[in-house]
Amino acid sequence: MNSAIIDYLTVFVLSAFVGIEVISKVPTILHTPLMSGSNAIHGIILVGAIAVMAEARTPLAEVLGFIAVIMATINVVGGFVVTDRMLEMFRTRKQTEANK
Amino acid sequence: MNILASTSFISPNILAIIYLIAAVTFILGLKGLSSPKSARRGNGIAAVGMAVAILVSLTQIHPHATQIILIVIGVAIGAIVGALSARKVKMTAMPQMVAAFNGVGGGAAATVAISEYLRLGVAGRGAVVTALTTVLSVAIGAVSFAGSVIAFAKLQEILTGVPITYKGQQVVNAIILVGILGIAVYLVAVGTGTALLGILLVLALILGVAFVLPIGGADMPVVISLLNAFTGLAVAASGFVLGNTVLIVGGTLVGASGTFLTKMMSDAMGRSLGNVLFAAVGKPTESGGGAAGATDKTVRSGTPDDIGVMLAYSNRVIIVPGYGLAVAQAQHAARDLARALEAKGVEVSYAIHPVAGRMPGHMNVLLAEADVPYEQLKEMDEINDDFRNTDVTLVVGANDVVNPSARNEASSPIYGMPILNADQSKTIVFMKRSMRPGFAGVDNPLMYDPKTIMLFGDAKDSLLKLVAAVKAA
Repeated sequence: MNSAIIDYLTVFVLSAFVGIEVISKVPTILHTPLMSGSNAIHGIILVGAIAVMAEARTPLAEVLGFIAVIMATINVVGGFVVTDRMLEMFRTRKQTEANK
Repeated sequence: MNILASTSFISPNILAIIYLIAAVTFILGLKGLSSPKSARRGNGIAAVGMAVAILVSLTQIHPHATQIILIVIGVAIGAIVGALSARKVKMTAMPQMVAAFNGVGGGAAATVAISEYLRLGVAGRGAVVTALTTVLSVAIGAVSFAGSVIAFAKLQEILTGVPITYKGQQVVNAIILVGILGIAVYLVAVGTGTALLGILLVLALILGVAFVLPIGGADMPVVISLLNAFTGLAVAASGFVLGNTVLIVGGTLVGASGTFLTKMMSDAMGRSLGNVLFAAVGKPTESGGGAAGATDKTVRSGTPDDIGVMLAYSNRVIIVPGYGLAVAQAQHAARDLARALEAKGVEVSYAIHPVAGRMPGHMNVLLAEADVPYEQLKEMDEINDDFRNTDVTLVVGANDVVNPSARNEASSPIYGMPILNADQSKTIVFMKRSMRPGFAGVDNPLMYDPKTIMLFGDAKDSLLKLVAAVKAA
């Protein structure tokens, strides 16, 4: 096991704690946008899809990469747009939401 | 280790720092979602971070390569499909939209891992860890993809929302899971095999379908949240495979927060996650199920005019909105009724159950869309003691969230779920299309309560008639 793997493992474990910590105070009314917003964040797989596509040297690899790029882009674009649409409606509410 | 960095004209260190910044924006985005005030900005910050990470990745490819053309075309197709569907989807269909976006994310994670496995072949670096994370990414990503497809189909009512079960189902699912684990162990510990990875993929897809089929439509939001966490983990595993930290951070953040959110959601329903996933809640029971059970009990129904007068001369009215209200697009009619009543000096509030609609917080979104003042929306704990001082509770398109069986009938599938105490108010007006049981498929004794008046018909239509009756009173 090389040191890079240890680094990744460190990042993984710390991210898990951060993930739980940042959402543990989210009010129920925001659970739907939260689900949708976090859904958009795993669209970061698009960076991975681009990476494998960059290395694609066979037709099969190109097809797989192409599919991955399309799927990941739908995930990331759709996820952020739909979350924004939901949150936009919360924003038009009066200031009373501040104490929620 | 980063394969993107190998052909770079931005140095690997700069690339790593930009990825780090992107990772920070994701954390800020999630953090912003803890308050309605900062939520939209948070989402925007995360989106910008994401865009930067993607653009920087694109600069890493040689500009004359055919691959970059394919990527640009793929991104264009994906962006158009994603943006159009996200723009056009009705707010009521939000849960299945999230399921769909989640599914493609899981599919992408699995595809990335497969592609990388084929490229590296037997001579993969860091062999054991790479093999392990590849297997995890493919298996979890594929389960998430297939499971999301079924969740989508159930919510879109392409498939029935009623649990699909058969004898020995859980044994079959367990066997599939054991098969996946067996292949996984072989691939990690013994050797490589493209065919085996293919079999693993197919089994994982079957498991995704098989695992969601027996879960009732009403429980789908919890399942989507869980699958969202799965996709996050699959993405994190892909990050290990590719040696890319931003994938690890982004995926893990979602994996952890999604798991936590799933737990919060099943807690809101008063059930354990195990019960949600394996109890097939919503399957009609032999004893009290469906129309046969309903016909031998009497219900009282009323006319909009009578009910309108009764509402106009009340002091306090609580509206309990449910998914039916949203389906009938009756949010605006409900708001008009509330305004008409307020003009008569009636105090009106809305009681929002944590799982009203089809996702936690879904109803708040729908009512916010209809410009219902925020301060009239009361959460369950806030309003539950007020029902006994309420003259009329108007149940509009809700059912399971006011079902007293959840409180006092241990044999009921929804027993233990916290409910709104609508049955404690002086009169209950139950607006419903028919006597059909709710989304959970459970009969509701509140409909047969002597204090209850049924108002049959389309929710929007009935509400508009009530508005007219209240104004005339």
